[in-house]
Amino acid sequence: MNCTPTGCPSCQPAAVAPASVASPGLAPSSATPADPGRREFVWDAIRTFSFGALTLTALPILVAEADADDDPKAAAPPADPSATVGAAKRKRTVLFGYLVDTTKCIGCGGCMLACKNENAVPDDQFRTWVERYVYYKDGRVEVDTCTSGNFSFDQKPALDPKVVDKAFFVPKLCNHCVETPCIQVCPVGASLMTKDGVVLIDHERCIGCAYCVQACPFGTRFINHKTNTADKCTWCYHRVAKGEKPACVEVCPTGTRIFGDINDPDSDISKVLAVHRIDVLKSYLGTRPKTRYIGLTSEVV
Amino acid sequence: MHGHPIEFMFPNDHGSIAWTLMIVLYPYITGLVAGAFVVAALYHVFGKKELAPVARFALAASFSFCAFATMPLLLHLHQPQRAFNIMFTPNFTSAMAGFGFIYSFYLTLLGVEILLVFRDDIVARANRRGVEGWLYKVLALGVTNQTPGSRALDHKWISALSVIGIPAACVLHGYVGFIFGGIKANPWWSTALMPVIFLCSAIVSGVAMLILLYVIASKFRRVQVDDECLRSMMRTLWLFLILAVALEELELLNMAYESGAQWAMLSRLIHEKLHFSFTWLQLILGSVVPFFLLLIGMRRGLHPGVRIGLGTVSGLLVLIQVMSMRWNVVIGGQLLSKSFRGFNNYLPEFGGREGLGVAVLVFCLPFVLMFALGKILPLWKTDAADGH
Repeated sequence: MNCTPTGCPSCQPAAVAPASVASPGLAPSSATPADPGRREFVWDAIRTFSFGALTLTALPILVAEADADDDPKAAAPPADPSATVGAAKRKRTVLFGYLVDTTKCIGCGGCMLACKNENAVPDDQFRTWVERYVYYKDGRVEVDTCTSGNFSFDQKPALDPKVVDKAFFVPKLCNHCVETPCIQVCPVGASLMTKDGVVLIDHERCIGCAYCVQACPFGTRFINHKTNTADKCTWCYHRVAKGEKPACVEVCPTGTRIFGDINDPDSDISKVLAVHRIDVLKSYLGTRPKTRYIGLTSEVV
Repeated sequence: MHGHPIEFMFPNDHGSIAWTLMIVLYPYITGLVAGAFVVAALYHVFGKKELAPVARFALAASFSFCAFATMPLLLHLHQPQRAFNIMFTPNFTSAMAGFGFIYSFYLTLLGVEILLVFRDDIVARANRRGVEGWLYKVLALGVTNQTPGSRALDHKWISALSVIGIPAACVLHGYVGFIFGGIKANPWWSTALMPVIFLCSAIVSGVAMLILLYVIASKFRRVQVDDECLRSMMRTLWLFLILAVALEELELLNMAYESGAQWAMLSRLIHEKLHFSFTWLQLILGSVVPFFLLLIGMRRGLHPGVRIGLGTVSGLLVLIQVMSMRWNVVIGGQLLSKSFRGFNNYLPEFGGREGLGVAVLVFCLPFVLMFALGKILPLWKTDAADGH
């Protein structure tokens, strides 16, 4: 073992002892700044302290990360009921993706209701919502959303076809970007990305500074009134990890919301992605969202 | 019909903003730290001897503001008990992660410099009896013998710390600007000029505050305001005011000239939502008026009384300018929804953890500390009086 006198904490007392002995006058009056014994002692103390501090702070993190790597629950791809995963496939890296086909959405609000129930989201805050884009014949474009009641646009007055050219719905949720501004700005590392590409928040570590809320270009993050930490859509990771679909996908009656492993060419999402022209929100920001869209117009941001 | 389509905001933007009054106050106080330090550095490093009457006080003021700079942040955090995670488990890709380290470094630097600058006085008082003597002994770090050699060494360290302090002040406040400037999601914030703008306005606010405090303290101490010192501070203020305002307006002009995708909404933000705080407070009352007042007040041979009057009013107006600038950046940037189709509203409440009442209280604390420091240290003594 190549222990250096200063680098190995177990050797430390032995390395320090001679220096202390060599400088018998420890009282300030007799010790001069040039005293090599004291200087060495101070440097040794600094090194030992630094090593100890590093060990105490970094080691638990490294151990936790190593544990997470070894955790079969975290590493194993979820058993997607729609595609039975074989032994060969299990070795392939899973990368989750989400697709919203806006041409299918009917604005029923079932997804918002399901999300609220599944994730206990406070009443006036939203992990997902549905926007309605209305194009009037006079050129105006108006956008609204339905954030009360059962979240269905049925609660609103019907649009008049005489004045309206076209209208469509756009569900919104966290984009689980590849280049995530939210993870980048989190000062304590409470925002993280799983190996399968899901952006999550560690609510035990979040300090509630809301920097991520500012950094998210899509308005999907908020400070949860109940937990006092940052919150957002997790693609229902607790369900996905068990091989289930996110709640919003599960309840969508029209198949607007599609979720799956985009690395699996046989998954539902991969099949749709392969044949459609796909768009993402605010692509100019370069965040590379993993929530993709079919049927966006330039008015949708 | 005003012609605007019905506004739409993302639902999570509705009715509340994430950064409120405390985050306006935080860069304001931090700016005062950096600004006051610059005045001290102008004396210690750049040899502006006319600033001697305020040099020591400037350091104490800088330290006092620095000591409470984290208070608004702690009041803002939703999990303040985890505040130290920012130093224990920092995520270094975050601009904010550097805060704990930069701030601690700067506070330590200021503390050490104050102990050295006032060392002669502290040592001289360390022989007093009772608690007072004990306090000065602690401040003297237990060493109470002063020799010409140790004095010379102290002075070397004071210069060195002042020299280090200048880039440190730039980093401290440039960093605050970067927090905003680095947010590409927000077109009102996202500009590389932001750190420089914050830095210049920090210096402006610090100098303005010192002018104000110097005049007020002189009144209370019943001593005459040093005309040359005041004139020098007013000149410095005028120069940095020009720089700060030019940068602020150039940045805006650039946005308007480019007329990018979000300009229509940003223009509405300025003209509708921030009309009073931007056009009237920041631009006219806080920039144009003090520009002329300082221009007149700087003239040689002006009656000292008039100079004091012009300096005080200018200082006050510039402090209002900087506060409005902080408000317009921090709050203004959040009024525009990320849907770019609608605006939020925000008016600070009086009560509550992040309310106006607490903000006023927090802002008063540095002055209390300054007062306390003034009781134990001769903040207004000049080095000349000390025989240096």
